[in-house]
Amino acid sequence: MNADTPVLDAAFKGPVGNFNLDVAFKAPLTGVTALFGASGCGKTTILRCIAGLHHLPGKLALGDRLWQDDTANLFRPPHKRRVGYVFQEPSLFAHLTVRGNLNFGARRAPRGNGAAPAVDFDQVVGLLGISHLLDRAPARLSGGERQRVAVGRALLSEPRLLLMDEPLSALDRSTKDEILAYFEALQRELNIPILYVSHDIAEVTRLADRLVVLSRGGKVAEGSVGEVLERLDLQPMTGRFEAGVMLTATVKGRDEAFNLTFLDHHGQTLTIPAVDAAVGDIIRLRVRARDVSLAVQPPTGISIRNILKGRIVEIREEANTAFAETLIDLGGGRLRARVTRHAVADLKLAEGMPVYALIKSITFDRRSLG
Amino acid sequence: MPDQGLDLAGLWSPIRLTLELATVTTVALLIIGTPIAWWLARSKAKWKEAVAAVVALPLVLPPTVLGFYLLVAMGPDGPGGWIAGLWGERSLAFTFQGLVIGSVFYSMPFVVQPIRNAFEAFGDRPLEVAATLHASPWDAFWSVAVPLARPGFLTGAVLGFAHTVGEFGVVLMIGGNIPGETKVLSVAIYDYVETLRWAEAHILAGGLLVFAFVVILAMMLLEKRIGRAAR
Repeated sequence: MNADTPVLDAAFKGPVGNFNLDVAFKAPLTGVTALFGASGCGKTTILRCIAGLHHLPGKLALGDRLWQDDTANLFRPPHKRRVGYVFQEPSLFAHLTVRGNLNFGARRAPRGNGAAPAVDFDQVVGLLGISHLLDRAPARLSGGERQRVAVGRALLSEPRLLLMDEPLSALDRSTKDEILAYFEALQRELNIPILYVSHDIAEVTRLADRLVVLSRGGKVAEGSVGEVLERLDLQPMTGRFEAGVMLTATVKGRDEAFNLTFLDHHGQTLTIPAVDAAVGDIIRLRVRARDVSLAVQPPTGISIRNILKGRIVEIREEANTAFAETLIDLGGGRLRARVTRHAVADLKLAEGMPVYALIKSITFDRRSLG
Repeated sequence: MPDQGLDLAGLWSPIRLTLELATVTTVALLIIGTPIAWWLARSKAKWKEAVAAVVALPLVLPPTVLGFYLLVAMGPDGPGGWIAGLWGERSLAFTFQGLVIGSVFYSMPFVVQPIRNAFEAFGDRPLEVAATLHASPWDAFWSVAVPLARPGFLTGAVLGFAHTVGEFGVVLMIGGNIPGETKVLSVAIYDYVETLRWAEAHILAGGLLVFAFVVILAMMLLEKRIGRAAR
């Protein structure tokens, strides 16, 4: 984080349910920062404190604007804070149409007399794909449509920061994917900073640039998504089954006959099912630790296409389980591989040892923004 | 005087007076009852249920008991007498104003309860959403809470009006039987029966029966429609 970029600076301390929340973090006012952690670790409370819906002692500043400082008895009420809030459930106003809901915040957006809206109604409605729903009652929308309207309503109130509290958790898998695509488009077009709360690591790696990892009311890690996901010590938090890393790679070619895209990752080639990207594009990939195997010699006669040379950086055996997590340096990016402790012993794997990482499957996440 | 002819003109005065009383009372109750209902729905004060119980008292209290205390309070030695002194009267008892005050107490639970329920039904969320969309609490009350609680307001207004129309015990205690001033429908019926004028009693009683039926039926249909729209 550059010292000059405006940041959200938050620190809260106080009892929440049956534990004490004590957390302080900074998030740049660009891109997507995710507050990540298991259910009930205090993520939602932090978001509510930032919006002013909940008051825990502490301090909160958005850029150069101080919103809360309990040492100076300062607490700005929620309606005077320029944040948009997307709740877990869409919470549309039942007595208004979709258009009425969208206009509710837009009409009250704090702006100078006669100034034009900073966020264009038609653009937001178009980006969210809700232009055909404007005259409907919220009761006649699907779950995904409702959440899209809720996002549009928050955006049109012209917030300086958009807070999203697990906005996808009430939706099914396919609707989630569909909405994530809308979120990415919004992020690309409107460039509004988002603070995103989630306990779903796949969702977080797809959307977020930065990660604040929380556990029982405290912060355990903070950094770019790539950095945080590489840390094996956070593994219980970042999830066993879904744990993995993010790699960035450059598109270098395409095989039409086999429908494949070839990528360059620090001199090594990755092969993935064809994606819609041009040569030279930088894309973001997600590789789960459980999809990576290790070999001490270059394997032959194997169906796996992605065999990358690397070196073991770290091995962390998990006591009382069959597994060990390893971190592999690929000469640029880093991979995580989840192998059995038996394999570690059998192959005499050790830190510093050269290995071949075999990747069973790669999930294409999104085109990188920069 | 059982052989006297049907006095249709005499029927009109209590009907008009009753409608006036019920209308004024309902309006007053919506104005006074809404903030009370809001407070009961949203306050976290421990003693709020005690206030709720006071509001609900007329549901179980014999109307004559309520009427008795109101009579004392409105008499020349009570606060009502002091208020009446502002416009040169000695007492609020046996006046139309006194009847309105009595009816407000008497019908209060029928207005406050449905509105409170409606305020409680939608919870905190819509108000939180309104706050994050830059609506001040006052703004959110009018633009979100009141429209969402509309069915409660409708039920409260109808019940408050109908209940005031049917009031008898309290009126008898504090209003007496002054034609054009305090002689409302229920008292008029009692009067007609006492003087054996069955025809007039029949007309008024039958009219009230039909009125009550129509009110209840309309309420039920309304609730059904609102229930369907919400689904």
